[in-house]
Amino acid sequence: MTMMKKLHMTAAVVALSTTAVAAQEVEVLHWWTSGGEAAAVGTLRDTLAAGGVSWLDMPVAGGGGSDAMTVLRARVTAGDPPTAVQMLGFSIQDWAAEGALANLDALAAEQGWGDVVPAALQAFSTYDGHWVAAPVNVHSTNWVWANTALMAELGIEQPTSWDEFVAAMEAAEAAGYVALAHGGQAWQDATIFDSMVMGVGGPDFYQASMVDLDPEALGSATMVEAFQRMETLRGFVDDNFSGRDWNLATAMVINGEALFQIMGDWAKGEFVNAGLTAGNEFQCFRVPGTEGTVTFNSDQFAMFNVTDASAQEAQLAMASAVMSPEFQVAFNLVKGSVPARTDIPSDQFDACGQMGMAQLAEAAASGGLFGSMAHGHANPPSVQNAMYDVITAHFNGEYDAETAAAELVTAVEIAQ
Amino acid sequence: MAVASSDTAIRTSRITRAFIYLFLLLFALFYLLPFGIMLVNSLKPLSEITGGNMIALPREWTIEPWLSAWSTAQIGVQPTGLRPYFINSLMMAIPAVILSTVVGALNGYVLTKWRFRGDTIIFGMLLFSCFIPFQIVLIPMARILGILQIAGTTPGLIMVHFVYGIGFTTLYFRNYYAAFPTELVRAAQIDGAGFFQIFWRIMLPSSGPIIAVSFIWQFTNIWNDFLFGASFASGDAAPMTVALNNLVNSSTGVREYNVHFAGAIMAAAPTLLVYIVAGRYFVRGLMAGSVKG
Amino acid sequence: MAASTDTGADFRTRLQGWLPKLVLSPSLAVMVIFVYGFIAFTIYLSFTDSRMLPSYGWVGWQNYDRLFRIREWDIAITNLAIFASLYIAISTVIGLSLAIFLDQKIRGEGILRPIFLYPMALSFIVTGTAWKWFLDPAIGIENTMHLWGWESFTFDWIKDREMAIYTVVIAAVWQSSGFVMAMFLAGLRGIDNEILKAAQIDGASNWNLYRRIILPQLRPAFLSAFVILSHLAIKSYDLVIALTGGGPGNATALPATFMYSYTFTRNQMGIGASSAVIMLMTIAAIMVPYLYAELKEKK
Repeated sequence: MTMMKKLHMTAAVVALSTTAVAAQEVEVLHWWTSGGEAAAVGTLRDTLAAGGVSWLDMPVAGGGGSDAMTVLRARVTAGDPPTAVQMLGFSIQDWAAEGALANLDALAAEQGWGDVVPAALQAFSTYDGHWVAAPVNVHSTNWVWANTALMAELGIEQPTSWDEFVAAMEAAEAAGYVALAHGGQAWQDATIFDSMVMGVGGPDFYQASMVDLDPEALGSATMVEAFQRMETLRGFVDDNFSGRDWNLATAMVINGEALFQIMGDWAKGEFVNAGLTAGNEFQCFRVPGTEGTVTFNSDQFAMFNVTDASAQEAQLAMASAVMSPEFQVAFNLVKGSVPARTDIPSDQFDACGQMGMAQLAEAAASGGLFGSMAHGHANPPSVQNAMYDVITAHFNGEYDAETAAAELVTAVEIAQ
Repeated sequence: MAVASSDTAIRTSRITRAFIYLFLLLFALFYLLPFGIMLVNSLKPLSEITGGNMIALPREWTIEPWLSAWSTAQIGVQPTGLRPYFINSLMMAIPAVILSTVVGALNGYVLTKWRFRGDTIIFGMLLFSCFIPFQIVLIPMARILGILQIAGTTPGLIMVHFVYGIGFTTLYFRNYYAAFPTELVRAAQIDGAGFFQIFWRIMLPSSGPIIAVSFIWQFTNIWNDFLFGASFASGDAAPMTVALNNLVNSSTGVREYNVHFAGAIMAAAPTLLVYIVAGRYFVRGLMAGSVKG
Repeated sequence: MAASTDTGADFRTRLQGWLPKLVLSPSLAVMVIFVYGFIAFTIYLSFTDSRMLPSYGWVGWQNYDRLFRIREWDIAITNLAIFASLYIAISTVIGLSLAIFLDQKIRGEGILRPIFLYPMALSFIVTGTAWKWFLDPAIGIENTMHLWGWESFTFDWIKDREMAIYTVVIAAVWQSSGFVMAMFLAGLRGIDNEILKAAQIDGASNWNLYRRIILPQLRPAFLSAFVILSHLAIKSYDLVIALTGGGPGNATALPATFMYSYTFTRNQMGIGASSAVIMLMTIAAIMVPYLYAELKEKK
């Protein structure tokens, strides 16, 4: 069946490219500029080139895509949008609301995207029932990465509850290791916070506070407890954490300086680059307390309204290539994430990748799949950043837990 | 105008002089340190950086990082290195610098030698324009570039830099020409010389130092700009700073610090060269112009 | 003061009369559109419900009301006050000292001067990583001192919420104090040596010479330095981004970073515009009296 689909899709790409008269071109704005990611995007470029579509590259790195979003605004305002833009969560919805995105319904229907993309992702790829973006991957953000050798040395089993997790970190600290590798940047603090909220309050509370932004939930005792857990974690972080990049924190786990890191599955790429294998030299498990749930973010290519017919064809060819199982596998093997399509066999992926795919499917079925606040998939950027302000101020010791919960209510109110 | 080599006539004791030299050398060290770190580390293999002392000299010297940054490093999906962007930056900076300097010179000439009612207010308005935060002009500027059909191109970027450079260049030339004897202009006028003739034959020949100041200032600002470059000319027309940012700020993968530093020095080379070669004119130009007023 | 228009009224002469204004008018037009027009547009936006892109629903003072309730804005303003005053004062003192010392017939001035001046040529996109390393306790100056045997040396300001803003000052001073030096040096070189010699013969001490005669003559240089430094201080953006990213927490946010973040990252363009208007008004409050005094004097 997959074979049939593949053939069908290849046929679609070929059909699109053969109708081209002039040289077709896609202009792609993205921030995948590091070696591995760029190589992965390169496979997409090669696929398109084989179909006669050339790739005009427009990388703007920095700030987790925020610089790229500024550039995008300038381009759209100038009336000259790129063909496709790497984009996260609510930004897609915001641009769609401005009427800036193209309609991909015909292609989506032809290739049956609706059947293979999980509903939680479709919530971001579609606006008002119309397809506007092609999802590339699903990252899940509630992972703990651990150094196997260090766990063995300290006699630690994989912790299954918050208390065991704390006990493990205490053991590491007592032995003179850094218990938790962390980088003090707002988005990293928020990534941990996602898991604390989920761990303390469970799915319903996460929905109420992070997605529905219910002021009562935001200021509740449960939220105070989530902040208290942040304080506990802060106690296990080394003194030099402020401003550290996440991959340097990952390196601490790789080198055996630190026991754990709480980070999304892009961290796996660092371990793999260092020649380690999942399940052997390093371990991955869900943040204790969040088992059964997955907080995710998903990179998607939002397709902008291009007016020229040849550009439109090129755009559809690209969307089709992005959704092809070949690209989804090739890209996600490099990126550490899992494919946005659920119909892809997991055998090419490593232990962590396979576990991630299984748990994603499980969570999607049981209603435990939630957009990550830290990565712009739970609420709009204004609210997300207002939350960042409070979380990072608290993590750096400006507030106690009670004040932080109260500030969270105010900050979210101002941001809405 | 004073002579450039007129050091002060104040006499100092030997101990004071020793102290002065010490002070100057300490500061020279302070100023050199960040660049020193960049240079030293750009010549080390990566393993020495991650394991070693930031300031230590390389145990094994290598120019590999430089070659990589110039021609093979990954900028986006293409492994082009910084080379093509270097050319983009030159194509952008040189016309923008020349245009804004020419217009600034003419403005300064009018505002000092052909004064009219309200000229001071106009100058004040031009001057205040130097202080506009560039972030606020992004969106409206994008709209205008779109209307003019030059969004995302080098000419568009040249225009933006030209527009926001006029204030500074006018300031420099006005202050410089203010000290230029107006009698010469009047005399030439009586001899029948026209507006442009006077500018060409009388003003320009003595404008060397201030042209240097204007050139240095504009070239530095335009070459180093990131915000406009990223917003109005990314893709194939992207300037060096944008490419450097893509090289340095990638969020995942192994960070090749040595390549980053080599790239950073390359990006800085033209402005450094301008400062070192033209630096002496800079002080002279400031002396004759903007400071004395 | 206008150009002579009294000698006949033939076309050429009249053209000559109009030419200066004609030459100036494109610049003026460009300014009116691209500076004052854009400022007006920003002021207008600050009263609208603009979020991701400009939109034109009028909301009155709501954005300003919210702006002053946001804690990060308070932090940004306080930081700017600390940063700007220290940065301007320290740069001026260092710049002046270097200029005075360089002015003492120093051997090697030709080498020292470009060394002092070159940081102005570099943007923080270029030097940011080097600075971050230098200030980072684990790899930078602290670690180096430890390796050299000075075990008790600590310098971890960049990791400290209270002290991080001062590291921003250090880097900013590094960048522009050499430039200030150049301005003062130019001023010093312009002073007539005969006056100094006469005063020395009268038995004035070096200290008095500088205090009474030289410094007062440097007034224009002080003013130019003040204007350029305050303009750099208010616009400081890439400096903070490169050094601390606004952290730890939000401890080193400045109005320029605040504005960028609200306008472009957080999709709250209305609030971003209102913060820009406050920034512009602050600049105007400093610059307009200065410009007025300077320009009036020169008439």
